[in-house]
Amino acid sequence: MAPRKTASKPASQANVSKDELLAYYKDMLLIRRFEEKAGQLYGMGLIGGFCHLYIGQEAVVVGLEAATKEGDKRITSYRDHGHMLACGMDPNGVMAELTGREGGYSKGKGGSMHMFSKEKHFYGGHGIVGAQVPLGAGLAFSDKYKGNDNVTFTYFGDGAANQGQVYETYNMAELWDLPVIFVIENNQYAMGTSVARSTKSPSLWERGAAYGIEGEEVDGMDVLAVKEAGERAVAHCRAGKGPYILEVKTYRYRGHSMSDPAKYRTREEVQKMREERDPIEAVRSILLTGNHATEDDLKAIDKDIKAVVNASAEFAKESPEPALEELWTDIYADEIPQHNA
Amino acid sequence: MATELLMPALSPTMEEGTLAKWLVKEGDTVSSGDIIAEIETDKATMEFEAVDEGIVGKILVAEGTEGVKVNEVIAILVEEGESADDIAAPAPAAEAQAPAEAEAPASAPAKAAAPVEVVSKASPDFPEGTPMKTQTVREALRDAMAEEMRRDENVFLMGEEVAEYQGAYKISQGMLDEFGPKRVIDTPITEHGFAGIATGAAFGGLKPIVEFMTFNFAMQAIDHLINSAAKTLYMSGGQMGAPMVFRGPNGAAARVGAQHSQDYAAWYAQIPGLKVVMPYSAADYKGLMKTAIRDPNPVIFLENEIMYGKSFEVPDLEDFTIPFGKARIWREGTDVTIVSFGIGMTYALEAADKLAEEGISAEVIDLRTLRPIDYDTVLASVMKTNRCVTVEEGFPVGSIGNHISAVIMQRAFDYLDAPVINCAGKDVPMPYAANLEKLALVTTDEVVAACKEVTYR
Repeated sequence: MAPRKTASKPASQANVSKDELLAYYKDMLLIRRFEEKAGQLYGMGLIGGFCHLYIGQEAVVVGLEAATKEGDKRITSYRDHGHMLACGMDPNGVMAELTGREGGYSKGKGGSMHMFSKEKHFYGGHGIVGAQVPLGAGLAFSDKYKGNDNVTFTYFGDGAANQGQVYETYNMAELWDLPVIFVIENNQYAMGTSVARSTKSPSLWERGAAYGIEGEEVDGMDVLAVKEAGERAVAHCRAGKGPYILEVKTYRYRGHSMSDPAKYRTREEVQKMREERDPIEAVRSILLTGNHATEDDLKAIDKDIKAVVNASAEFAKESPEPALEELWTDIYADEIPQHNA
Repeated sequence: MATELLMPALSPTMEEGTLAKWLVKEGDTVSSGDIIAEIETDKATMEFEAVDEGIVGKILVAEGTEGVKVNEVIAILVEEGESADDIAAPAPAAEAQAPAEAEAPASAPAKAAAPVEVVSKASPDFPEGTPMKTQTVREALRDAMAEEMRRDENVFLMGEEVAEYQGAYKISQGMLDEFGPKRVIDTPITEHGFAGIATGAAFGGLKPIVEFMTFNFAMQAIDHLINSAAKTLYMSGGQMGAPMVFRGPNGAAARVGAQHSQDYAAWYAQIPGLKVVMPYSAADYKGLMKTAIRDPNPVIFLENEIMYGKSFEVPDLEDFTIPFGKARIWREGTDVTIVSFGIGMTYALEAADKLAEEGISAEVIDLRTLRPIDYDTVLASVMKTNRCVTVEEGFPVGSIGNHISAVIMQRAFDYLDAPVINCAGKDVPMPYAANLEKLALVTTDEVVAACKEVTYR
């Protein structure tokens, strides 16, 4: 089967309502402001260890979440804050996990890289590059086994795309027609190594052709294009046609983690992306030029979001550290916790 | 309102740094994302971005200053019309401090250290008079899996050659016919991948049984066994885990060389979040496999190829299970305690027979599960015999025997009349030559010699 190659085309704005546009704007802005705040709290020593910010990539998760239905699952790597906010997890619980407090999603025992939500079908938060890929296919396996039409969004980066287990997974996912969407968030840098310095096959989605998996490249700075591609992928999976690959071209403005000296790319490159391709600015401009919202409307939204984010930071500071007894809990289960969702 | 700019922590270990260079001066307007300074950390020189908008009202730390503490105020941003002079010199932002270290975390030495009254947990696994049937380990394993698959439709078996080939070692013989290809699934040769898929399926609420053709091949997949399956319950604060079984032959078979002959008991027994089972008899294989499949946690079930064809008496019961963490006393004795598990029990029991001929009475304990371990049964026995020898086929460094010795030393030191001796495989990769292979494994004679040594005979 020849994989379909879809040119990355500008999304049509015709099919999008004002409410949807406003929702995408809010969701993306929430992620950005949340991440800026997380960076600030890290600088203040309130967040420790590794902290990987999602700033610049917001359109990817917001666009794809717009294509989901209740029951669909998602799993990703350690750059996971955006995914959690986009699927509706509580900013307070996420921020409090970042500060390692009792009110965090994992009671402070997971940290930035390891959060989960049974309720929102978010399966982590995984720190080993590429490991979430077979795990995601396994989640899809469980849905196919149970006979429902849920799909699993399995996110990984251009760096993970060179891990062997990704291709082991492609092979089995297509062999068994698993309803999994492999989302390659190609932000162009695996830590400090650009795609060009790590592979001579720069089109990552096309590697699926070797296994018979269809896919396409998507402009990840355009939330509407991402949503439309997500809808095509979801339709493919729900129809029982097996996996689908979306290579979403995106860009992270910040470093790989907080201790990234950023010597591998120029300041101008980052600045150009921010000025010309910012996903939030793009929606803002559609909203204003289409007379869907006024400057004042958007200011009010900004203010509301700032309040949500500030409240999450306050919660994350006020929430107590986990009780010392927590050290010894959640090592073994007495019953299968995910069965009582 | 004025905003204080604090010296940021720019790496997980940074406590202070050098303010190498200011890229703005007082009076400049900055907006979110502008680079305002360069800071040297313990790792590298980093750019410091503004988060807030404003005018640089005052620079409080001059460029070139070394040893600037994290969270020290380095500059003040003001809004239009404001003057930095209106602002009182700020005290270091105290609220920004990370919460004080709680009292030293309970360092909790091995829980085994608690001085408690030791009562052996060993008790019969089934009532006296239960009808028995003779079965091989292979048949017992198949029956256990089939019974559990009949009982719970979420249980399925996946692995290389488990279905159409009927199992590389014929453990799954007949299962494809009974349960069909949806539940008995042949995988490609891709351990890393299918171990990950099975773990994901467990996250999704299914109960996979993953067969590794041998645990030697599970090294390809060990990241998922440990990082994905064992740790997720903890990392998720108890929200989700991996109810599943990883099983297959472990340890040396015969003449298969270094890469196919390793015993991983001690490796997996080290990991919190896993349960680890390594049975010896067919009855234990059956009862413990059924318990493993029902357990809501990831279970490593270590089998042995040489044992597959061995026959034992198995209770002929409708539903026979054995709880984890309960050792079995195979033979009672008074002079020395021999602690073993898995195929090591072969040597332990042979040695006990030989010792009996020489008038030495050995008590032989089969641990059966290595996580949890039934320490009490071992300790109660050692307190009686005052001597202990451990037996296993695995490598000697960091072995299960080493651990048992440490626990005995901590909890029953005063009862010991001799140092504990660990009989283990030799500290060499497994050789192919028949004579050398025999030498590399633990032998019955070595166990006999060790028992004589600790009993000073």
